[in-house]
Amino acid sequence: MTGLETEEILSAIVFYLLSGVVVGSSILVITLRNIFRSALFLLLAFFATAGLFITLDAEFIAAVQVLIYVGAIGVLILFAIMLTRRIQDPVAKSTTRSFILGAFVSAAFLFFLILILGKIYLPPFPETGADTEGITKGIGRMLLTYYLLPFEVVSVLLVGALIGAVVIARKEEARGGEPPEVALERERKDREITDSKPDGNGLEQNDRKH
Amino acid sequence: MIGSINILDILKPELICAIVRVTPTHYLYVAGIVFCIGLMGVMIRRNAIAILMSIELMLNAVNIVLIAGGRAYGPKTYDASSFVIFIIAVAAAEAIVGLALILAAYRHMKDINIDDMSIMKW
Amino acid sequence: MASDYIVVCVMFFIALGFVGVALFVAKLVRPRRPTNVKLTTYECGEKPWGGAWVQYNVRFYLVALAFVVFDVEAAFLFPWAVVFKKLGLFGFIEMAVFIFVILFGLVYVWRKGALKWV
Repeated sequence: MTGLETEEILSAIVFYLLSGVVVGSSILVITLRNIFRSALFLLLAFFATAGLFITLDAEFIAAVQVLIYVGAIGVLILFAIMLTRRIQDPVAKSTTRSFILGAFVSAAFLFFLILILGKIYLPPFPETGADTEGITKGIGRMLLTYYLLPFEVVSVLLVGALIGAVVIARKEEARGGEPPEVALERERKDREITDSKPDGNGLEQNDRKH
Repeated sequence: MIGSINILDILKPELICAIVRVTPTHYLYVAGIVFCIGLMGVMIRRNAIAILMSIELMLNAVNIVLIAGGRAYGPKTYDASSFVIFIIAVAAAEAIVGLALILAAYRHMKDINIDDMSIMKW
Repeated sequence: MASDYIVVCVMFFIALGFVGVALFVAKLVRPRRPTNVKLTTYECGEKPWGGAWVQYNVRFYLVALAFVVFDVEAAFLFPWAVVFKKLGLFGFIEMAVFIFVILFGLVYVWRKGALKWV
């Protein structure tokens, strides 16, 4: 009736499903109070974005998205959450003091963005045709020939990030002093002290939950 | 005619077509919405890690725009995909340094509430 | 080309539905008589103590850090490997420089003792 093919309808269903998951889990990321849960929804958003990339014929990008965002950055964020406590405090406020201003500004940004997007016209996607090269090969060719310098600079960036993060995140050496053996000894003492104390929010919390 | 409203009169075929036929604009809408959600997260959340997560969301939205644009421009060009690979690498570097900074701040102040991080303010 | 992935999508939902249906049927069928002992977390027979929300050691984070860097490197290795034959020695030298620079970072971290599990 409207001249729609089955494939178009199917891809529309996939697109709306995936983008619904992306948008919904993004909203949950910024609204959930428990930051651990919002990190898990961030992973879901990244995963659904990988699905969107597949609908755009970018399989390699989808794989990299899962590999790096879901696999590496997500795990790193979860580690960082586990390293910074006080998240289990369920009544803590999760918004800043300037909550209303921030919400207003970003809502206005969204409003104007949609206003602009409603004005523009983009042609539909061209047919894929016979793609002899494939995306992985194409990216490899671009990276190693045309974008050679950025490619090498990325390695320098990664090394800089690695060294900088290690220097910042380490405890003992960053303060200058305390060889590892001493640190180990001190840590053991700390642990003995905390172990002998009854843990305030430990087993009792589990009991309450059941 | 009153009482029997034909649903096809309301939902015009052209409108259905415009909704169902996925064009680059659809992807732009999704990316714009996700970007604004990330922006809102940056502005309203108090936890520094949540802010970092919102920044990752914004980068993700940019990636969607780039991939959709590259696909709309033509299937045989891979500039957009290369950009996205670089963006992902930069996002990873940003995440590791940002989280390390948050950890350092946490060790220093025993909290990562950004409302309290105002020592450098005038 | 993207429509080839419809099969994957259908497979995904079948897998999801399989797990959901299996769990739901099991919930309908199984008896449920919980006691306090049954509900405690299983820790290899030990009596559990403390919460799961303990503060992790920062060394986990340092290892995760190195992991992220080499994960990104792996993402750059795949396209290179695909076009390696076409580029020959030139591509090899490029990637050698790339890997060498990142290895420098690993050596630095190693010499600093950040990977040592004290």
